[in-house]
Amino acid sequence: METAKKHFFIDISVMLGRSMRHIFRSMDTIITVTITPIAMMLLFVYVFGGAIKTGTDNYVNYLLPGILLMAIASGIAYTAFRLFTDVQKGIFQRFHTMPISRSALLWGHVLTSLVSNAISVAVIILVALIMGFRSSAGVLPWLAVAGILALFTLALTWVAAIAGLSAKTVDGASAFSYPLIFLPFISSAFVPTESMPTVVRVFAENQPVTSIVESIRALLAGQPLHNDIWIALAWCVGIMLVAYVFAMRVYKKKV
Amino acid sequence: MQTKSIQVKGLRKSYKHLEVLKGVDFEVEQGSIFALLGSNGAGKTTVVKILTTLLAPDGGTAAINGFDVSSQQDEVRQAISLTGQFAAVDEILTGRENLIMIAKLRYLKNPRQVAEDMLKRFGLTEAADRRASTYSGGMRRRLDIALSLVGKPKIIFLDEPTTGLDPEARIEVWKVVKELADGGTTVLLTTQYLEEAEQLADRIAILHEGRIIASGTLSDLKKLYPATKVEYIEKQPSLEEIFLSIIGKKEAM
Ligand SMILES: Nc1ncnc2c1ncn2[C@@H]1O[C@H](COP(=O)(O)OP(=O)(O)O)[C@@H](O)[C@H]1O
Ligand SMILES: [Mg+2]
Repeated sequence: METAKKHFFIDISVMLGRSMRHIFRSMDTIITVTITPIAMMLLFVYVFGGAIKTGTDNYVNYLLPGILLMAIASGIAYTAFRLFTDVQKGIFQRFHTMPISRSALLWGHVLTSLVSNAISVAVIILVALIMGFRSSAGVLPWLAVAGILALFTLALTWVAAIAGLSAKTVDGASAFSYPLIFLPFISSAFVPTESMPTVVRVFAENQPVTSIVESIRALLAGQPLHNDIWIALAWCVGIMLVAYVFAMRVYKKKV
Repeated sequence: MQTKSIQVKGLRKSYKHLEVLKGVDFEVEQGSIFALLGSNGAGKTTVVKILTTLLAPDGGTAAINGFDVSSQQDEVRQAISLTGQFAAVDEILTGRENLIMIAKLRYLKNPRQVAEDMLKRFGLTEAADRRASTYSGGMRRRLDIALSLVGKPKIIFLDEPTTGLDPEARIEVWKVVKELADGGTTVLLTTQYLEEAEQLADRIAILHEGRIIASGTLSDLKKLYPATKVEYIEKQPSLEEIFLSIIGKKEAM
């Protein structure tokens, strides 16, 4: 049992090392993932920003949480893509005929997704700092923000795993992420929900992005947390568990 | 002592309504080269996938070193290695990185050294630090086979190892296969080329329409050929002629 456990961790670390090499050898994926959110941020701050009334004097501060979620949503499309190519190419077949843990293969992709999204998030925060983002939050709130973002990434990564494992074409593997990328638009990420028509507003206030955005915004601004944080956590954990079960089911059928 | 490395009995497999294997039987002696010969679509890859735990059979049994491929997958995977029909190398990694990765996954002590030795053995030292995507077909195949040999598995499956290779690369692969068997490794290879089976294999089985229609050594198979006609020049039938004659007989029935 002990060696099995040891092997499991060796397997995962080899898989992680492998896909990190993939990521660093195709830095264009990081650029692709960060460019749209950064463009959105520029557009909203310098073009629409003046017209948007958020009740804060620093619109970059207001905008950043939603932009980060957008980046993660587009980042996980690459997780689906990498998983899809692994399944299609012979390399997964080779792994599957070896006495290595099957779940380590998936977990390797999941960890990779966490690391690569963390890189994108860091890049975007840097750009935001240049654009005037400021936060008075201390270490603990920042850690909490990191935790929420990681949980959000995990939840979406398992959704991506379902897509990557079951897709028939490359486009199919990443198409699922488009609606996710646009989810922040119908939330409080860019403008307060009060300004929206009732139907849209009801949707906006009850979809996961709003509660996550509100929680992160409060943490970064050093404001007290409301119920939002629990709703946000419940969404993330809920999506993660459901997606995990389905992803595992698809994976077992595949191998 | 277990002398049969592979034992297959009554193996059946269907894809939806297509019955590909209708009861396949054969055995492979330890340390020998066994060729599974069949035309395109005969079901060779299906047999290999079942034997390497990638696919579950619908019926019959298959054992590797006495371990059942369905119920004792871990033991089977310890003993085998597969070089599939399509090269299973990581194209973004270099040849060296590919080898180190597999050595680590086989929990070997000194992955770098293992990789170095394999690169030398397969003439890939110069290309070692180039991405596998830049390799020629022959080099990729050699890397693919090298990856399969990391950790010295006892039984190697090679699914059409020379399909799509130029004659020179093909001869290189043949050399490797012969060396393997000389070193005591059991080799099961599939091929569409009669010449290849003739060149390499100790025993040959012909898979046709879901069954093994003939098997044995080359000389066994030659005996199946219709009695030599009285001719001025006695001609040894080639495997190709035997193959066509057997299929012809079956189809005439
Ligand atoms: N996953 C699959 N689904 C449906 N049919 C398949 C599948 N894999 C193979 N086949 C069919 O089964 C037959 C045998 O295939 P295969 O084992 O690949 O033959 P070979 O390797 O001898 O060329 C072919 O007719 C092929 O089209
Ligand atoms: Mg085949």
